[in-house]
Amino acid sequence: METRDLVIIGGGPAGLAAAYGAYSDGVKDILIIERDDTLGGILNQCIHNGFGLHRFKEELTGPEYADRYIKMVRETSVEIRSNTMAIDLSDDKVVTVISSHRGLEQIRGKAVILAMGCRERSRGAISTPGARVVGIYTAGAAQKYCNIDGYLVGKRIVILGSGDIGLIMARRMTLEGAKVLADVELCPYSNGLNRNIAQCLNDYDIPLYLFYTVSDIVSDEKYNRVKQVVISKVDEKKKIIPGTEIKFDCDTLLLSVGLIPENELSNKAGIELDKRTKGPVVYDNLETDKEGIFACGNVLQVHDLVDNVSKEGERAGQNASRYLKEGEKNSALVKMNAGNGIGYVCPQFIRKDDSKDYVEIFFRVRSPMSNIRLTLSANGKEFKSIPKIKVVPSEMESIRINKSEFDSASEITLEAKEN
Amino acid sequence: MHIDIAILGAGITGSAIAFELSKYNKNVVVLEEENDVSLKTTKANSGIVHAGYDPKPGTKMARLNVEGSLLIHELYPLLNFHYEQIGSLVIGSSEKDHQIINDLYERGVQNQVRDLRILKTADEVHHLDPNLNPQIDYALYAPTAGITSPWELCLALAYTAKVNGVDFVFDCKVLDITKNGDVFDIKTSQGNYQATYVINCTGTHADEIYKMVLKDRQDESFEITPSKGEYYLLDKDQGHLVNHVIFQTPTELGKGVLVSPTVHHNLIVGPDADYEFATKDDTDNLQKGLDYVRDSAKRSTDKINFGSNIRNFAGIRATIKGFDDFFIEESKAVPHFINFAGIKSPGLSCGPAFGKEAVRMLLLSGMNLTLKTDFKYYRLPTFFSNMTLREKEESIKNDKDYGQVICRCETVTLAEIKNAMHAPLPGTTIDAIKRRTNAGMGRCQGGFCGPKIFEIIKNEFHFSYDEVYQDRKGSKIVLEETKGK
Repeated sequence: METRDLVIIGGGPAGLAAAYGAYSDGVKDILIIERDDTLGGILNQCIHNGFGLHRFKEELTGPEYADRYIKMVRETSVEIRSNTMAIDLSDDKVVTVISSHRGLEQIRGKAVILAMGCRERSRGAISTPGARVVGIYTAGAAQKYCNIDGYLVGKRIVILGSGDIGLIMARRMTLEGAKVLADVELCPYSNGLNRNIAQCLNDYDIPLYLFYTVSDIVSDEKYNRVKQVVISKVDEKKKIIPGTEIKFDCDTLLLSVGLIPENELSNKAGIELDKRTKGPVVYDNLETDKEGIFACGNVLQVHDLVDNVSKEGERAGQNASRYLKEGEKNSALVKMNAGNGIGYVCPQFIRKDDSKDYVEIFFRVRSPMSNIRLTLSANGKEFKSIPKIKVVPSEMESIRINKSEFDSASEITLEAKEN
Repeated sequence: MHIDIAILGAGITGSAIAFELSKYNKNVVVLEEENDVSLKTTKANSGIVHAGYDPKPGTKMARLNVEGSLLIHELYPLLNFHYEQIGSLVIGSSEKDHQIINDLYERGVQNQVRDLRILKTADEVHHLDPNLNPQIDYALYAPTAGITSPWELCLALAYTAKVNGVDFVFDCKVLDITKNGDVFDIKTSQGNYQATYVINCTGTHADEIYKMVLKDRQDESFEITPSKGEYYLLDKDQGHLVNHVIFQTPTELGKGVLVSPTVHHNLIVGPDADYEFATKDDTDNLQKGLDYVRDSAKRSTDKINFGSNIRNFAGIRATIKGFDDFFIEESKAVPHFINFAGIKSPGLSCGPAFGKEAVRMLLLSGMNLTLKTDFKYYRLPTFFSNMTLREKEESIKNDKDYGQVICRCETVTLAEIKNAMHAPLPGTTIDAIKRRTNAGMGRCQGGFCGPKIFEIIKNEFHFSYDEVYQDRKGSKIVLEETKGK
């Protein structure tokens, strides 16, 4: 069986950064498995700008950002197998892949990095009632049709959900001559970045209906296509309030209702997943509960900014490199808990004696809050408090803590407290 | 061309009859309003092969259910559709439930269902299905019940019919039928057909079709009053929650909802039964129906994670008002017009038995049927995802298109999609390919593979972008090209 020092599953932003991180740290025998024919993943269809402000201090489009990393990786000895699909992963790090040109192969990685990304939630995930019709697409699928293939999925459009891809597509479809009638959001706040609300909805006079959801979809009888979308106001429990219907005559409903990490391979390897992040449970070095298998990018936790994906990818690469040099570290563990007001935390476990003396905790709050304190307590005793003027669920937060701050603790809880 | 037998409708009933008749030296044509087989009631049901204890003894339903489920068991190795005999449980907890379950057992014995057994303790029930709610302490166990893929079964039967000479005409709406002497003149949207026999398998529209030929004797027809059932289909992480088809004890309020694994290892939950608002072609999901299904399922197991739902759908059943059996008979008013009407549950389970029944009826009606000597079964191709590692390796060696995965959720390869586009009844739409290969059936619901399959169809058939349809003719996927294209 072919054996490689490091096998990276996925050649999107996370996988590319992981390869670059590991290579820079001294690993020379790296293989990237990419299912598509090109590297860069979903960035290739994100032709808008706004990428790279943190990582490259420049504003780039998605394909430009991808290109930076592709060039960085191409200059190394990293081997890339594109058009190659990983169909299985075992807990002892054997990856089964297939491709037209090489057939079926099994490759053992001394270390493996998971970088498979995420997928969009579909209509089924939110059980939207109404007719079973054509004309309902996830925003990302509409983006692929539009930006890669050159087709418009619709002319009169309602968008459900205010995730970033939905917002970006509201602008994109408008620029292509479609009429975007409304963006409808179940929550009392938007789930996208503020800059996208401003630049993609407000600038084009597209109304945002907060606290509304789609309550019915009406079909055109002849072609079974969307003819009308009915939205209704919801109460505090997100139940539809009868009598609040607004009807839009349209041909298309786009869904931007969340992303789910794609962990089917992780499941095959028996890797423990976190119910909240829907990604693997990891230690602070991004290693999963299976020794030598690391995870980064949207397969681990859904990010808002690709810059953060790259950062996490590079870290995973460096950590995999350290694992290859030094082997597994057995150390006392500290469990990270998401307390009041916190949606999730990542990593879920901290190794006390890892080579790094600090840890960066990533998290999201459950709902928008202002003038709060983020507190960290070790075994119930508060040891750190950080004031925050404003926090929103749509923006991932992070806190860096020194391991010396929680020396004897077995668990740490992060909470958001009102002042 | 003169047609011996015209079959109207290419659902499970019409396809099964076409399959059986294709064994004989007769000219058979299937006329179907939609652009593929299985597009109505057949594609939207529970996918259960019922054991046969439920229908009233002595009914056609009882006889054909038991015969059909045995035939499906015989046919699946020959036709290679997905089918698993996983058995079913009718579960109960109260004294009243116990009585109903005992009655069902008695019925089953009368219907000659094999191997039925009553489980009389909670331990016995939970030994078979540990995730059922703890208070469940009684069950009717029917080991011969199974699960299948309804559209695959239908396709398998139709493909075999096709390769043995049956003609299928799609997008063919029947407009009128008149009997002139011994010949039926069938006026359709695709021209006129003459046939000696007509078999009406048009599901919820069977009454309208029958009335066409009855002319001024409309009152001799039956009336279809459709009922609707809504479903949840959950991701594969929920597929192992139960090991058997789990039915609830029927009450005066309804049959309850079932929870079952599917042949593709998803979990199906449903249906409700809505007579009030259902119309013949209405497959809308109503919040009320979905809520009912969700709440009712909790009585079987409270462990279902509906957060893993990937699709809802609704199916219409062709119920005949005030008639608790299938309406299968040759018309007395119009001889040689045979109705297969009121085919509701367990219609899918009867499937192949409808074909046998049609042959028996034609023989009784005086038709001379001789068997062909060159009849052959058409095996559906095995899914790549169901192959062993060695078979996968071999497949790619023989056809490199097996190495290119198009649908990542269900691991469907380019080779399979090409096979589907060149099957005996070719799949030319995204949904037709989905039914033939499972592409787009998974957790992302075609979000990733949809655009790829769009391109594959467009290129393979040299379609323009607005000729690629999701499903029904005219159901365009994209409406325009972008400005720069």
